[in-house]
Amino acid sequence: MTESNQATIQAILTELKDKKGALLPILHAVQNALSYIPPESIPSIADALNLSRAEVHGVISFYHYFRDTPAGKHTVRVCRAESCLAMNGGPLETYIKEKLGVDYHETTGDGNFSLEPVYCLGNCACSPAIQIDQDIHGCVSPQGFDEIIAELGASL
Amino acid sequence: MSITIYVPCDSSAVSLGANRVANAITNEAQKRGIEINLVRNGSRGMYWLEPMVEVATEKGRIAFGAVKTGDVASLFDADFLHGGSHALSLGMTEELPYFKKQQRLTFARVGITDPVSVEDYIAHDGYRGLKNTLALSQADVVKHVSDSGLRGRGGAAFPTGIKWNTVLNTVSDQKYIICNADEGDSGTFSDRMIMEGDPLVLIEGMTIAGLAVGATQGYIYLRIEYPHAYEILNTAIANAQAAGYLGDDIQGSGRAFHLEVRLGAGAYVCGEETSLMESLEGKRGLVRFKPPLPAISGLFGKPTVVNNVISLASVPIILDKGGEFYRDFGMGRSRGTLPLQLAGNLKHPGLVELAFGVTLREILYDFGGGSATGRPIRSVQVGGPLGAYLPESQFDTPVDYEAFTEIWAVLGHGGIVAFDDSVDMAEMAKYSMEFCAEESCGKCTPCRIGATRGHEVMTDIVNKRDLDKNIPLLRSLCDTMLNGSLCALGGMTPYPVLSALNHFPEDFGISAEHHTA
Repeated sequence: MTESNQATIQAILTELKDKKGALLPILHAVQNALSYIPPESIPSIADALNLSRAEVHGVISFYHYFRDTPAGKHTVRVCRAESCLAMNGGPLETYIKEKLGVDYHETTGDGNFSLEPVYCLGNCACSPAIQIDQDIHGCVSPQGFDEIIAELGASL
Repeated sequence: MSITIYVPCDSSAVSLGANRVANAITNEAQKRGIEINLVRNGSRGMYWLEPMVEVATEKGRIAFGAVKTGDVASLFDADFLHGGSHALSLGMTEELPYFKKQQRLTFARVGITDPVSVEDYIAHDGYRGLKNTLALSQADVVKHVSDSGLRGRGGAAFPTGIKWNTVLNTVSDQKYIICNADEGDSGTFSDRMIMEGDPLVLIEGMTIAGLAVGATQGYIYLRIEYPHAYEILNTAIANAQAAGYLGDDIQGSGRAFHLEVRLGAGAYVCGEETSLMESLEGKRGLVRFKPPLPAISGLFGKPTVVNNVISLASVPIILDKGGEFYRDFGMGRSRGTLPLQLAGNLKHPGLVELAFGVTLREILYDFGGGSATGRPIRSVQVGGPLGAYLPESQFDTPVDYEAFTEIWAVLGHGGIVAFDDSVDMAEMAKYSMEFCAEESCGKCTPCRIGATRGHEVMTDIVNKRDLDKNIPLLRSLCDTMLNGSLCALGGMTPYPVLSALNHFPEDFGISAEHHTA
């Protein structure tokens, strides 16, 4: 782990470790700052909370949102739930996978995009829906997806 | 005098371009030297018209929708600020039939106010319930909630008053209020709309709950998929605190209530209350055995009220107008209103709040306008991913907890997802098993192993392999999951699976005569 990552994690631990039920807030802060939770950070997190390393690892691996490898520059989340399935979400999912050339939980070779499934974005009246980073997009067609990607200025 | 224009900040409206439209309106007004006051309101819930722009007039608000950035210049050209006519003009917002026919109690302010303005909230009858609460005894506050007949809107429909009463009567140095905002059910978004469109009603509801049962700390457990709601909630909490509605001394009463938003991390099972508490404590979201009930020993082992967003957001009006007022809406043992969420393949998807008793058919056709594709609606799933699929023959069922139980279905959180006749119900049943396998917490065997085996059996069935063996096997497996699972995830996944099999056997490759329900 780089020194700067270590310093980031120490600062997060100092700020949050005394909260009640601090582990999830800490993991969120680490992932927000670094795009993932480096496995090398587990000993210091465990130490700060008086937990075993196995307990911290167990929590990270339980939650779909937490990741232990760096995310791409942008993370694309595709809703796989029923409302989107009812509105051509299936073909959209296939299109996005082909377009990015990756499957779920993978990152494109140039490091631009990570692809993740999500079960409902609460945007069910505007299905099918996807999320790119923090932004949610509704009524997305394959062409619409291309436009959003083009707007991001990222190459495919 | 500047004219007030409303453009929703609701994330669904934003997902269709509301932020860009708001910017375009600001820029265009500036360019033309027109002074406007742009308010980012919640959504009115008519999503096929979003982004919907409203202009305040003396007679009320006029709506325009769905507005794209390219329409903005022509709206100004048509003098939309002074009621000029335009192709996108919809007339008075509140005269639109979809909106006018609703009975909005919980959603009374959504789309009307600036969501994070305490001043605006109070100007629209906000904090009247809290004012009454501060003048009542704790037992009387709980009595109002009991009298209202309010049942948990998260899905389980447990009487809220009984839960509160248990926590009130359990002695402890610390108690907690948890708002379950882990709205993971697909096809549902009413919690999100409240949190983005009127967060203060949730904050008021939680404050009332805290005062009623003697809890000084509240947590909103919010799913990570709702980043907009997270920001709006935190702003609203800070504003409520600054105005003396949260903190150590609420409105000079000397009584305390603190509130914090905590984020989940993408685990559906954390919508189950005991799993949610494990997660809040910083652990894996494994479901707990009950008893003990959370009301006796919940978060950090302390008595805890765990209520859904809509349950808590319905409390302020109950304390404002009394339990009897709320109880007068509804039918049978389902009292009050239910904010229904119309999703999937519908022409007019959105939020419809109505008293219990309306039929599914009225919702699907009178409000939903039939399917978006124009084909017949073949099936609807009510109540999220663990809800049964209903065929057309059951569309006359009234929205009522008991009526749904009678047809082996659930209302759940009020989400309705419609499918047209292109749907393959065996694929949907397979998806339900896959979802359960993906989201199982792993604590109990029927769910952990059952869902994986279920996905395998459904894959065989979809591929028409050994149907004589696999259909009975699927039924037997569902029986084990139904009766042997620790929580609703494994225990209710058989609802969508078996209802699909029973109502649509032809999609499973068997004729109606061959299958035995």
